[in-house]
This record gives sequence, structure tokens and C-alpha cells, in this order.
Amino acid sequence: MTSATQQQSDVWERQDLLTGCQAVAEGVRLADVDVIPAYPIRPYTEVMDTISKIIADGRLDAEYMIADSEHSQFEIAKHASAVNARAFTGSSGTGWCYGFEALVVTATDRLPVLFLVGNRALDDPGAFGVEHNDAMSVRDMGFLLNWVTSPQEALEHVLIGYRIAEDSEVRMPMALAMDGAFLTHSQHIVQIPTIESVRRFLPDYDLGDRRLHPDNPISIAPQVNEDWVMEMRRQNWGAARRAREVIVKAYEEFNAVYGPRYQPPYYFTEYMTDDADVVLVGLGTVAAPGRTAVRRLREQGHKVGYVNLRWFRPFPTVELRECLSRFKAVGVIDRDFAHGSPDDGGILLHEIRSCLYPAKNRPAVVNFLSGLGGRDISIQDCEKMFDLTEKAARDETMDGYVTWIGVRAGAGSSNYLAAPAH
Amino acid sequence: MTTAPERPKIEYERIRGVHRIPLEELYTSGHRTCQGCESATVMRGFIKASGPRTVVTGSTGCMYVANTSYMTTPWIVPWMHTQLGAGGSSAVGTAAGLRALKRKGKIKDEPINVISFCGDIGGGDMGLSGISGALQTDLDLLIVLYDNESAANTDIQATGLTTYGAQTTFTPTGSKHRIMQRRWKKNVAGMLAAGHPTVRYIATACASFPPTDYLNKVRKALAVGGPTFLHTFDPCPKGWDYHPRYSSDVGELGIKSGIFPLYEILDGEVMYTWDCRSTGKGRIPVKEYLMRQGRFAHLIDEDIDYIQSMVDQMWEEWEIPGVMPVKGILKARI
Repeated sequence: MTSATQQQSDVWERQDLLTGCQAVAEGVRLADVDVIPAYPIRPYTEVMDTISKIIADGRLDAEYMIADSEHSQFEIAKHASAVNARAFTGSSGTGWCYGFEALVVTATDRLPVLFLVGNRALDDPGAFGVEHNDAMSVRDMGFLLNWVTSPQEALEHVLIGYRIAEDSEVRMPMALAMDGAFLTHSQHIVQIPTIESVRRFLPDYDLGDRRLHPDNPISIAPQVNEDWVMEMRRQNWGAARRAREVIVKAYEEFNAVYGPRYQPPYYFTEYMTDDADVVLVGLGTVAAPGRTAVRRLREQGHKVGYVNLRWFRPFPTVELRECLSRFKAVGVIDRDFAHGSPDDGGILLHEIRSCLYPAKNRPAVVNFLSGLGGRDISIQDCEKMFDLTEKAARDETMDGYVTWIGVRAGAGSSNYLAAPAH
Repeated sequence: MTTAPERPKIEYERIRGVHRIPLEELYTSGHRTCQGCESATVMRGFIKASGPRTVVTGSTGCMYVANTSYMTTPWIVPWMHTQLGAGGSSAVGTAAGLRALKRKGKIKDEPINVISFCGDIGGGDMGLSGISGALQTDLDLLIVLYDNESAANTDIQATGLTTYGAQTTFTPTGSKHRIMQRRWKKNVAGMLAAGHPTVRYIATACASFPPTDYLNKVRKALAVGGPTFLHTFDPCPKGWDYHPRYSSDVGELGIKSGIFPLYEILDGEVMYTWDCRSTGKGRIPVKEYLMRQGRFAHLIDEDIDYIQSMVDQMWEEWEIPGVMPVKGILKARI
């Protein structure tokens, strides 16, 4: 994003001090959402607290109801979307899992509901803090899935999200993920756009000949069995592929209205990577300590940088491959777990290694499992990750090693030195 | 006891006799339901009663899997599949979406009926919480629970609404245990009526008996408005094990024996639309109903006596017969 001086003044209504959840609620108001089913679970809940007040004060005309469960919550949003009403909802952690069946069918029915996922650790045992496994569970279902790192970006991605999700080339639900507590509940100054500018950017939701209405008497999702399922999977696959072009178009259109706020390739941002040998890659708010560690290490002469992955689905395969191929080693930070997976690494590790495998100049890739259950990832933790990634850059056999960062010793943890040899 | 005040008059287009049933079919050929399927009659009936300006959602169940196949769907009206436990929530989403769009001037403001159907395992077990949620809204919607007393598309498994003693693939009879289905049928309509005091209309029905009663209940529910609920009693030749030609007979015997009470509750007042105690020859032995079905062939006299005693209790001991299993009010001891 560019500085405030470059922003066009007539498109901003005011600025306010907002949390991530409150910023998303403002985005929902500006998108003139029609149906909003709520159900409480920390930490995403604050978005519904805010929306309900916005509706109570008459600042948004929407059908707002409190569902009996996340399953009903997501089904309500799905069916509202099917009659061509713009729908917003969300959840966190096990609540997201409780509604999982409804999430899957929203994707397979190709209905562009926008979900806020306030990332939270899954039970058991209970923990309110961030972990990415909740949102990651929909990564293969036909969802658009991205992570934002500030309330400003969150608000703007409600608008950008609907623009992409509702595009007739895409029509996929979108999970807008943000780190629980670190973003859902941290306040920042947010520029709030005018509703007129939003109308210029965001077209009306139009399902066309797929809307469910007596004037358009279609049957949606009849039983198909082996006769047709594969063709439909192929169509979903095509939508996810086409989404990449629409994402780029959406950012270009957003920049046209609001000034050059996002730079290509849009899917991720790079920080001090121009001459870097070694980078860390992460999702979400870990970018803050990551970038600070970059600045500190740069002062000591280390050639390090940080890559913040904004879009996880669709995965920016070509762009990220090209980007990461420039470096000698890449340290992948996973705020999630994938127990028993290859090398026992995290989900992001596997995605990035898979993306890099065809690259001509493949960097060494190491993995850090950190910040689980809401544990803070400190600047020192990131410095340690950079140190281990630099070691990997000097020794090609380090590829694939997995290190737990910030875990108590003796908790059954394998560390860098104890990792099995290839 | 004083007489109840006169019931509010509900204006609706009553169907007076089978010859006045609309000829227009909105649920047509293409469904692949079994011969003698009463649940298909429920589908055909509610949409005849409701008319073409209706949006329907259908939960997973035999009326989805057998009924609505791609390229041969029988629905002339807009129809959408919903998940097994989403009978209530799909109706809420549809009705809320349409209401928002009408209010905001995004679509024409006109009456559109929203009807959601679900089976006994979908509506009576898994989806109960969602239906309860739907009945707490102020949206105009009708939920039809078609009850054929089994998970009929997965080869007849017992549900919370299966009659005590019935054989199903989950509750076979065996050399050690004659009866594996030991749960008494859940009283869904009564439970929902008791728990949702703002709902104006809840009824039970049988699509074939008495004729037109079911169709008029659909029309009445839609005319009353708000969230409404209808529980239908659907004999199933495959699951209940009898010849398909007898579906109507089995339904009639179920009503007349009192094992499935027929009533409607409008604004808190119960009306028996077929009072098995006094209509015709009065309540007939439940054995006459049970012995027409292969699923009860393994029962011995003792089992039938037990079922009869439970049905007797429903009609003779319940505070509101057939509806509310409260057997009296004790004087407070302070």
C-alpha cells in the first residue's frame, strides 16, 4: 500500500480507530450486504457485535438473524446467496468446523458468500489464540482464501473479495482470514471510503440465470452421481483457475478508484528482498515481527527479506515460484500443523515446496512451526528463523528440515539438530 | 371450563372436495420414487396447494436422492437441494434473502411462498435445532417434515421417529433380541408447538387421509404466515414392508388407530382434524395397523399390548390427548 499522500481525497469519508473485526463490519456496511446470519464464537464475534449495532442504528438495511449453530448460520448465508442476496457471515476455530458441511456445499454450489475467519486454535484443549488450521480446512474445497495483515487491508478486502467472488467467471465463496487477537482485536487507524466510491468499484451482485426465483424456475444441485460429478468438479477447478486473472483485474480496478494502493503481483508483498539471499515466508500478522527482524538483521549486514503471502487460494504458483527462485534459501513459517505429513512440516511448507519443485533454481526450503494456539512470535523468534534459514543456504542438505520455534524444551519437541537425516 | 373465544378467521382458498383439487401439476414426471410412495404424494400435494409462485428447498433424504435426479428433476418450480440438517436454515436463508431484496427494491415486491421439506431423520433428528431456530424468526416460511419413519434412501434405517418395535436394517430382529428398535417415536409437532409460543400454525397430516385435509393445511399454513410447520405421516411400501397398493389403507389405519394423531394448532388452540376417539367407529385397535406391515411381523402379543397401552395413554391420560404428554397438574405443596 502507498502512503496517505498518494490517496485520492474524494473517495475517503473519514478515518477512525478500528479493530480488524470493526473494519470488516464497515466493509460489510459499504458493500450493502443483504443477509447476515450471526452465531457467537471468539474471536471473530466482534464483527457481528459491530454489524448488529450498525443495523440497530439504521446505517445498513439487512436481514440480520442469530442462528442456532454455525451449520445453520452458513446454510442461511448459502441459501440467501442462491436467491441473489449478498450474504456475509463468519466464524472461528471449532465453530468453523461445526459448519463444515455447509461450507463445502457453498463452494460446490458456487455461491459467493463472504466469510470472515478469525483464526483460532481448534479444540481440544480450549485456546482462543490464533492457529490457521481452521481456515486451512477449506483450502481444497473451492474457496477463495486469503490472509490480511491490517484492519485497513481487511476493510478493503471485503470489497475486493465480493468483487472477485461474485464475478461471473469465478462465483466462489471467499474466506477472508485474519489472525485472532493480533488482528481481530488490535486497533489501527483506518481510512473509511465513501459509499459512492464503493458503488463505483463494486458492481451489484447478479447471479443472472442461476438465481433461484419463481421467474427463473431452475433446480439447483439435483442428485447426479457418477454421471456428472466429474464434469462439475472440472468446472469448479476451472473457476479456481480463472480466479487468478479476476484477482489481478479486481486490484487494478480498485487502484483506479482509490489510487495505487496495491502493487503487482498482488498475491503477495515483498519486503527488502531486492538483494536478499534468504527470505522468510508467512501468512498473516507474523509479517510484523518478520519485517522488524529484517530491518535489524540488515543493520548487521545480513541480506535478508520477508515475503508476506496474501492469497493462499488460488495459490499464486507462477508468481511465487518466480519470486522465491531468486533466493538461496526460504524459511517457511507455519502457524498451523499437519501431523504426519511429509517431513512432519506445516501446510504452507508443503504448498511452497510443491510450487518450487519445477523451478530451475530451487532454493533450500526449511520450515518453522511457531505461534500455535496464539503464542506470540517475537522478533527474536524471527531472527532465530533467519539464522537457521541462512544455515540452510550454506548447506543444501538442510532442505525440508522442520524446527519448532518458541516451544518449551522437553515437550516432546524435535529441534533443528535432532531432525532426522535424509 | 369456559368455552374458548371464537377462533380468528383465516382467509384462504379452501379446497372443498377432491374434484376441486387444482389440476395443474408442478411436481411432474421424472421422479424415481417407488410405487405407492406416500412421500411423493406429499411433494405433489404441497406444491399443488401452494402454486407456482413458490421457492422450494429439499433436504437430503429419499425425496432428494430418489426424487430429484439431474436431467429428470420433477420440479416445475424453483427448487434447491439443502443439507440433511438444514430444513429450517435453508428456509430462513431463502425467505430472508427474498425479503431483503424486496424491501430494498432489488426485486419486485410480491408474495412468494417459501417451503422447505425434510425427512424424519433430517427434520426430526439432525435438523431439529435448525427448525427450532427457523420457528423463532418472523419470516414467512413453511417447513414440511415428511415422515416415513426411516432413513429410506440409505436402505431403511431406524430414526428417532420410527415406531417402537419396527424392524429396520439398523434394528433387525435376532435370536437373542427380538426387538432392537426400543425408542418410542418422538413427538415432533407437539414438541415444536410447546416450545415456540409465537408460531401461529403447526399441524400434522396424512397426504391421503382424510382427502384434501393435507392440502388445506398447507394452504392454511401459508395464509396464516410467519414460520409454520407441518408433520406428515407417510406409509412407505419398501420400508414398512407391504404391497404398494395399500399405502392409503395403511395411512388411514394409522390415523384411525390413533398411533398418529391428526390435529392442527392455530394460535395456541388445538383442533383434532380427525378425532379417532369419536369419528366413525371410534379408535380401532393398533394391531389392525401393525399387522398390515412386515416390519412388525416378528412382534408377539406382549409387544402389541405394550404399543396399544402407550397409544391408550396418549389418548386417555395426556393432558392434551395425542399432543402433549403431560398427565396432570399436581397441587403445589409449599
